[in-house]
Amino acid sequence: MPKAKAKFSGRLQMQEIDVYLKEGTVQWNGRVDSTEHTWDSPVSCTIYGTLLNYQGALDQMEEALHQDPYKSPPKAPILYIKPKNTITGNQTVIPMPEEVSELEVGACLGLVIGEKASRVSEDEAMSYIAGYTIVNDISVPHDSVFRPAVKHKARDGFCPAGPWIMERDEVPAPDNLTIRVYVNGECKQENHTGNLVRSVAQLLSDVTEFMTLEKGDTLLVGIPENPPRVKDGDQIRIEIEQIGALENKVKKEAAVGGVKS
Amino acid sequence: MKSARVAFEGGIYKATELSEGIQLDNGRQVAEEEVVWLPPIEPQTSFALGLNYSDHASELSFKAPEEPLVFLKGPNTFVGHRGKTYRPSDVTHMHYECELAVVIGREAKNVKKEEAYSYITGYTIANDYAIRDYLENYYRPNLRVKNRDHCTPIGPWLVDAAEIQDPMNLALRTYVNGELVQEGSTKDMIFDIPELIEYLSSFMTLSPGDLILTGTPKGTVDTKVGDEVITEIEGLGRLVNTITGEPS
Repeated sequence: MPKAKAKFSGRLQMQEIDVYLKEGTVQWNGRVDSTEHTWDSPVSCTIYGTLLNYQGALDQMEEALHQDPYKSPPKAPILYIKPKNTITGNQTVIPMPEEVSELEVGACLGLVIGEKASRVSEDEAMSYIAGYTIVNDISVPHDSVFRPAVKHKARDGFCPAGPWIMERDEVPAPDNLTIRVYVNGECKQENHTGNLVRSVAQLLSDVTEFMTLEKGDTLLVGIPENPPRVKDGDQIRIEIEQIGALENKVKKEAAVGGVKS
Repeated sequence: MKSARVAFEGGIYKATELSEGIQLDNGRQVAEEEVVWLPPIEPQTSFALGLNYSDHASELSFKAPEEPLVFLKGPNTFVGHRGKTYRPSDVTHMHYECELAVVIGREAKNVKKEEAYSYITGYTIANDYAIRDYLENYYRPNLRVKNRDHCTPIGPWLVDAAEIQDPMNLALRTYVNGELVQEGSTKDMIFDIPELIEYLSSFMTLSPGDLILTGTPKGTVDTKVGDEVITEIEGLGRLVNTITGEPS
């Protein structure tokens, strides 16, 4: 059975589990587990996102890429950070700020780094990956990508990740995975990591040329074009082939609580 | 009170300032050159401000922003006092940025500017190097410019907030090889510290150890391999860094 690492809520350490993707169950300590668990994010270090790394997303901007304020298409990978306040686990609620009516779903394959990666070649890149997880890189919709989008991307609870880290060797071809996003059970987006501008290995190589990724960091390979929009009360399910499914619900911030005024 | 984090004979210590040298938290007194200086805090979420001094904004031919221009940095970019920062050989313009760094001391959400100072535990100095050759107009300033390994020297000391009477009236100076090249005052910030805390905490929760680098004034010029760059802020000390041609 595919091996993965998860973090059940209420426990300090991570658990090594077997994942039965078809049945939607996991086995831990030899026992098939019903879904009694709640899940913490299996990643806790720095999460880096990559802008415009799906060919379709880049193509949609084709004309704009040559005009102000962008002037020319991107050369090196354009990254951003999802800070710690954004990170939550599977089945958590995504708080929707009071002043917006829709959020954008960012269905990302996350590469979880297994050892310090600095200036790694494309050939060696895969050996620096510990495994793969699913990340929902939520944004307040914004058209311009000229300035950093901290206000749009770094809000509390805007980065559910999980449910687990599927071990690297269970996913032999990460550039050949179908990604589907369901909103309230209806498929709203389908794409494929074969459409990446920079493949998994090339992205790792190009990123670590200018900055080091530490063990435990996660690099998101990008958001596919036409990300679905979601509203208060919507249930989101992101499925990535061979890895699993990440589910979260959107609720107005005031209803989630924990927001001081 | 000023505190540092240092490595000495294989151990990591907190250190305090003596009239000569420093004292480790096991009581030993050593010279400042005997230790390796680490960043004085282990930065958590780290914000930096672009174009937050109007003279620097006009120096770069940008008009002053109407909303704070904020970007984030990862932990890989920080390096301590007396550290080295790599300048790639193909680069034509790499400049320092002397910045007042604010350290958050308690959880902050929807904080009004009138109460903002009570959320600060202390201050330190940051030198937020930029390599302009790598600027691209996507999420500008992009991480390839601003989040390179060891490109953000920080320290030497974390200075208690209570010791700084008016953080909005501190002189900032940068010296390259002893020559004064940048001079300004924190009073010229476009968005001052309370406004920045109000702004950031209006849409996200700040936590202890979060760091805000508040921007740099006019006077940023190119540096070369071998240059000693000292960024100095009144009341906080002097942060020394050397540009190297050896990758970190």
